[in-house]
Amino acid sequence: MQAPLRHLIDIKDLSVSEIGALLSRADGILARPGDYADACHRKKLATLFYEPSTRTRLSFEAAMLELGGAVLGFSSQDSSSASKGESVADTIRVVSGYADVIAMRHPKEGAPIVAARHANVPVINAGDGGHNHPTQTLTDLLTIQQSFGRLSKLTVGLCGDLKFGRTVHSLISAMVRYPDVRFVLISPPELKCPDYVMAQIQRSGVAWEESRQMEEVMDQLDILYMTRVQRERFFNEADYVRLKDSFILDVPKLARAKPEMIVMHPLPRVNEIQAKVDENPHARYFEQAVFGKYVRMALILFLLGLEKEGEAA
Amino acid sequence: MKIDSIQDGIVLDHIQAGKGMEIYRLLHLDDLDCTVAIIKNVKSRTLGRKDIIKIDETIDLDLDILGFIDKDITVNTIRGGKLWKKQRGVPLPARLVNIIPCKNPRCITASEPSIDHLFRLVSEDPPLYRCAYCETAAR
Ligand SMILES: [Zn+2]
Repeated sequence: MQAPLRHLIDIKDLSVSEIGALLSRADGILARPGDYADACHRKKLATLFYEPSTRTRLSFEAAMLELGGAVLGFSSQDSSSASKGESVADTIRVVSGYADVIAMRHPKEGAPIVAARHANVPVINAGDGGHNHPTQTLTDLLTIQQSFGRLSKLTVGLCGDLKFGRTVHSLISAMVRYPDVRFVLISPPELKCPDYVMAQIQRSGVAWEESRQMEEVMDQLDILYMTRVQRERFFNEADYVRLKDSFILDVPKLARAKPEMIVMHPLPRVNEIQAKVDENPHARYFEQAVFGKYVRMALILFLLGLEKEGEAA
Repeated sequence: MKIDSIQDGIVLDHIQAGKGMEIYRLLHLDDLDCTVAIIKNVKSRTLGRKDIIKIDETIDLDLDILGFIDKDITVNTIRGGKLWKKQRGVPLPARLVNIIPCKNPRCITASEPSIDHLFRLVSEDPPLYRCAYCETAAR
């Protein structure tokens, strides 16, 4: 009997135990990448990128190529069918016939839900507008797991644009499910977490607090997750200028951090983390980007129902 | 003010004051040929003020719409000039299909008109509906 088709649209589509299995699979691939070189032989990944995101697209493509599979697709720079007015549903019906798994990036929120409804192959949401970006969250979780050996008993500082920062929202949805997680929300008042994210935190009963200054809470944090505060999010230039330095991480602000504290960032970084921090032992964001490829490899194997021989399912 | 009493039809009573027009619009009562009366701001012992809608025909009411707008509404069915059935309160619908549009301009439903507008009930007290695509709250 064929297993039911699985998609990854929202990080909550995966149970805690499935996430655990994905992260340990990623860990296994990191340890012995050669064992997986032909795991996706003759399989094809379609990357349908309706808006540019070179980094995410390359991560998916590298993941599939390292599994011995092939990639096809379009990015918005090409003359994609979408620009000729074709619906998501029609594009997906057609592409389902060409590929074994689809990774889709779309500027409209909920587009991957529509895609999954019409697909005959697994659909991975590679980012839909400001909404979800579950593979970034898996990347973040793998980074945390690799650094601490656990996803529980952690104080997570989320800093910057918590209103529009979808990676923050997804990370919160994922981490409220682990015991003894605490959030410290560090943002200007204009860019606080939206109500539905706060509702999720409150429903789950995890501890949280707010702060305006990362220095104030630095010594409590196990993780400092940075995001960019963008000029265009502010109503006026004066507010932006007044606030922006509070949300830029430099080496002096790290003075009181615990030795094992890690600094994460979904990248691309602009100026919210000063370049001098890159060599600091706390910095983990470039490794985080590399982990992205491995967790996508694990995800592709999972969605294609491919288990390596001799490995427990 | 006096409205002709109904022989066979429906009286929606105990509508939260101000919601009468919204119900009229969403139930498409303007498409009916029969007499329809909206009475606004009626004095009410329990609500202070309420709206009432009288429909002089037995139509198939979309209870999902009523439940979504005001679950505490009373639906009176009139037959032969007499009250035949009184329903106090309407269940909250679990889903709203093509009843209200999503207001988020970045939602896929905003750019692809062929996709059904779908909202799901995410919490009951107070009732809260979110778009199934982008999770934006209804209203
Ligand atoms: Zn929506």
